[in-house]
Amino acid sequence: MSLTSDEVRRIAHLARLAVDDREAEGFAAALSDIFDFVETLNAAEIEGVEPMAHPLDAEQRLRPDTVTEPDQRELFQAIAPAVENGVYLVPRVIE
Amino acid sequence: MEWETVIGLEIHAQLNTASKIFSGAATAYGAEPNRQACAVDLGLPGVLPVLNAAVVRKAVMLGLAIDAEIAPRSVFARKNYFYPDLPKGYQISQYELPIVARGHLEIDLEDGGRKRIGITRAHLEEDAGKSVHEGFGAMTGIDLNRAGTPLVEIVSEPDLRSAKEAVAYMKKLHALVRYLGICDGNMQEGSFRCDANVSVRPKGQQAFGTRAEIKNLNSFRFVERAINFEVERQIDLLESGGTVVQETRLYDPDRDETRSMRSKEEANDYRYFPDPDLLPVTIHAQDIESVRGEMPELPDAKRERFIRDYALSVYDAGTLTATRELADYYEAVVAGCDAPKLAANWLMGDFTAALNRSELEVGQSPVAPQALAQLLTRIQDETISGKIAKEVFDAMWAGEGDADRIIAARGLKQITDTGAIDRIIDEVIAANPSQLEQYRSGKDKLFGFFVGQVMKKTQGKANPAQVNERLRARLQGD
Amino acid sequence: MTLDTLSDWARRLQAREISSRELAELYLGRIERLDAGINSFVTVTPELALAAADAADRRLAKGEQAPLLGLPVAQKDIFCTQGVRTSCGSKMLDAFVAPYDATVVERMNAAGAVMLGKTNMDEFAMGSSNETSYYGPVRNPWDPERVPGGSSGGSAAAVAARLVPAATGTDTGGSIRQPAAFCGVTGIKPTYGRVSRYGMIAFASSLDQGGPMAASAEDCARMLNAMAGFDPRDSTSVERPVEDFTAGLARDLKDLRIGLPREFFGEGLDADMRRVVQDALAVLRERGAKLVEVSLPNSGLSVPAYYVVAPAECSSNLARYDGVRYGHRCADPRDLMDLYMRSRAEGFGAEVKRRIMIGTYVLSAGYYDAYYLKAQKVRRLIADDFRRAFEQVDVIAGPTSPELPFRLGEKSADPIRMYLSDIYTIAVNLAGLPGLSMPAGTIGNLPVGLQLIGNYFDEARLLNVAHQFQQETGWHQRMPAAFA
Repeated sequence: MSLTSDEVRRIAHLARLAVDDREAEGFAAALSDIFDFVETLNAAEIEGVEPMAHPLDAEQRLRPDTVTEPDQRELFQAIAPAVENGVYLVPRVIE
Repeated sequence: MEWETVIGLEIHAQLNTASKIFSGAATAYGAEPNRQACAVDLGLPGVLPVLNAAVVRKAVMLGLAIDAEIAPRSVFARKNYFYPDLPKGYQISQYELPIVARGHLEIDLEDGGRKRIGITRAHLEEDAGKSVHEGFGAMTGIDLNRAGTPLVEIVSEPDLRSAKEAVAYMKKLHALVRYLGICDGNMQEGSFRCDANVSVRPKGQQAFGTRAEIKNLNSFRFVERAINFEVERQIDLLESGGTVVQETRLYDPDRDETRSMRSKEEANDYRYFPDPDLLPVTIHAQDIESVRGEMPELPDAKRERFIRDYALSVYDAGTLTATRELADYYEAVVAGCDAPKLAANWLMGDFTAALNRSELEVGQSPVAPQALAQLLTRIQDETISGKIAKEVFDAMWAGEGDADRIIAARGLKQITDTGAIDRIIDEVIAANPSQLEQYRSGKDKLFGFFVGQVMKKTQGKANPAQVNERLRARLQGD
Repeated sequence: MTLDTLSDWARRLQAREISSRELAELYLGRIERLDAGINSFVTVTPELALAAADAADRRLAKGEQAPLLGLPVAQKDIFCTQGVRTSCGSKMLDAFVAPYDATVVERMNAAGAVMLGKTNMDEFAMGSSNETSYYGPVRNPWDPERVPGGSSGGSAAAVAARLVPAATGTDTGGSIRQPAAFCGVTGIKPTYGRVSRYGMIAFASSLDQGGPMAASAEDCARMLNAMAGFDPRDSTSVERPVEDFTAGLARDLKDLRIGLPREFFGEGLDADMRRVVQDALAVLRERGAKLVEVSLPNSGLSVPAYYVVAPAECSSNLARYDGVRYGHRCADPRDLMDLYMRSRAEGFGAEVKRRIMIGTYVLSAGYYDAYYLKAQKVRRLIADDFRRAFEQVDVIAGPTSPELPFRLGEKSADPIRMYLSDIYTIAVNLAGLPGLSMPAGTIGNLPVGLQLIGNYFDEARLLNVAHQFQQETGWHQRMPAAFA
């Protein structure tokens, strides 16, 4: 299988990764090789096999509905790139 | 050409839990920005979600109330997309295996008939935060207090055929979630929001037309107007030879129109997959039975009971059971005065009018149901007339005390002593000889004049039935 | 001064032959003198370490006992440590001072551990050579021209060089076991769900598992006692009592059935490696174990299945690094899209980007069934292979890695060759089983690892087998001469 640079750009956009032309070509080549390798999965006999999402066959545990987390805004925002009056700032979002 | 409208609604109801769906942060509305966003809500590196038991319980309640299937095993999935108010870069939702599926709700139609609306599914998910566009110059502010608030998204079948039906369905669901006590239903605060999928097709055609999804519908009125606008837009488009594009549209209440949100369209590819941080949610038969045991009486059942037990009309019973608060208030009044019809009239009349005037909810009424019951008892036992009762009610509303106290303080007790009434009648007759003359010569209409004079002299306190009876006898007599 | 194991130091601390502060100073001194050559630490925290050591000394003076009381350890820089930079080997988190402690860190601190610092690692644990770290590669203490393995290469190298007696690691596809093998130390990846993942920065959530790395199986057992246990903050944490992993170490190996998967001894395995592994197995046989051939027919599919599942989860797990709430933000973003695109492009290294790209692709519309769903089904086949094998045997053994530590740069240009160096370890993660690697011999001067795989929750058995082996052999006591 071989990926084109355009497909790479589409994926990179979905993943929000800026790629220049040289990188796009590099990714196209590397990803194509990796997908060729992954194609070996096609040899597997998977007819009727249940997909396995978790290593353990367990069920979700439930948490009681109680408030346990205190306000730690100052601590959390000390590591933020840009805050003002308690909100995180990003370039204006156009709706 | 005749067109048929096809509508399906996606309603997001916030579940009224104390803590968030996957974290122990508080969900209270109106806190300062980001003071209710904990490490999990912020999506800090390394944090993990743990599911809130109350959320599951409330979803099961909803499922039972809409006669749906409760999935013995449901799965949380990640819906991946980037947006600044979505801290992890994915929303935890349910995709292939929702917790509730295949339910229905009956709505009342304007012609008095009923219609069953299918509910495809109801799934659990986390809410996103909020973007604040004002006040930060060229920047947008992000407040993540709402991030992680539990939502149930209720998706209807495309069974609705008009904006009116859509509103009836939405109101019915709104009443239901409030009855169940799983959502506060506050639409201004966004606790109950709606997206509408709208399409039109030539009448008689089987296949659906291309639909537009209208977002941002946070009131019943907007739902109706937005759908009506959109239907007209689509019909105009089709009749002028155009085609409807499948897209997301935003309703602008100021301009009363929908407009395309193409800026956001860019080929969404959500890459759903099962969330590896959460395990399948298992609901056993005994869990469902335990929830069933705690279910409150639902609106339809309550309406039937009101008709049966209180001999109310279908209309009255429907009005009184429209919200659980009003129905509970009504039953508390009836418990205290044993006058179901009188209580119904008062609640739908003066009580509702007073609430509207004061812009209050039932629960905020300054007159408690027991107090209103006392007032109605005084009408029943003829201490006061219905007319005087209105004056007493207004005084009660204004905080002057209970009915008996106001009646005593203002001397409003009804005059029922026939001797006293006769004396006043005699005075009135003596003072109006010419009117008496005319009445006796056949001018029957003057009877009302004499009643009025008697009531005036007693300041309205004479028992009206007695006044009628005694007066008629006196005027015809001697 | 001899450089003892955790267990020896614990005894000497209890006997008051040395104080925790002296012990911390001893190792901090070694780090300062010797780490420049191997780059195993990203952050050293001497002030915190000495304060923790003093606190431990006070507890020791009161006669308190705790599994790690006063003992120096290092944390892989993937575990969040409150107030200390937690970089995960990435430029993205170069300035990220964690505002909370991972459960593992909390538990180890409560057990009295004295953290000396944070160890280097492949960026976001994605790598098998420790060459993808933003902080530069770690070098193998046995030969600085060679890699220490990855992604827990910093922890493995630091323990091998005795810059710290024990360290934590995490293992998503072999990231504890392969570097343990390359550096000649003992490391165990517990059963999925044994050790809390809360605060352990996620790579691939359904595969990640933290575990100890130390000089001996006995030390690993002691560490695991502190690390393991149910955590209500992790939905995938297992709610079952944790045994004392040191309790069964002395058990003999009589009648132990060891399965040798024929697929692990086929072509692909270097002849010298095969010899070392077989010699080690002979030691176990002499102590009473029976060697039985077993088959894991689908194990050949484990690497391709892993390179669908792990990148898919990683692409989603790493979406949170968007430059909004923490982490790297590009300078002067033009608009929101630019903020996302550049912050992420600048913050992540090449291998992380490659895996995000793979994962985004395999989950995207139209490819989900062909890749992700298929890989999940293969995953089940692999787990079923193990289930059948464990009906016949108690423990499975084989090489940890098909090869010796390779040279820096040798495989950087060829991702698939790099991925295949985890061929014997990956299946264990896909199945969620516990796996251990211990030094089993040498080729030239370079260590060779023997891998032991156990049934679910059978960590104690793996540690017991390794301990018995270490009673008989001295491979785990070897130290690279330059660090003696």
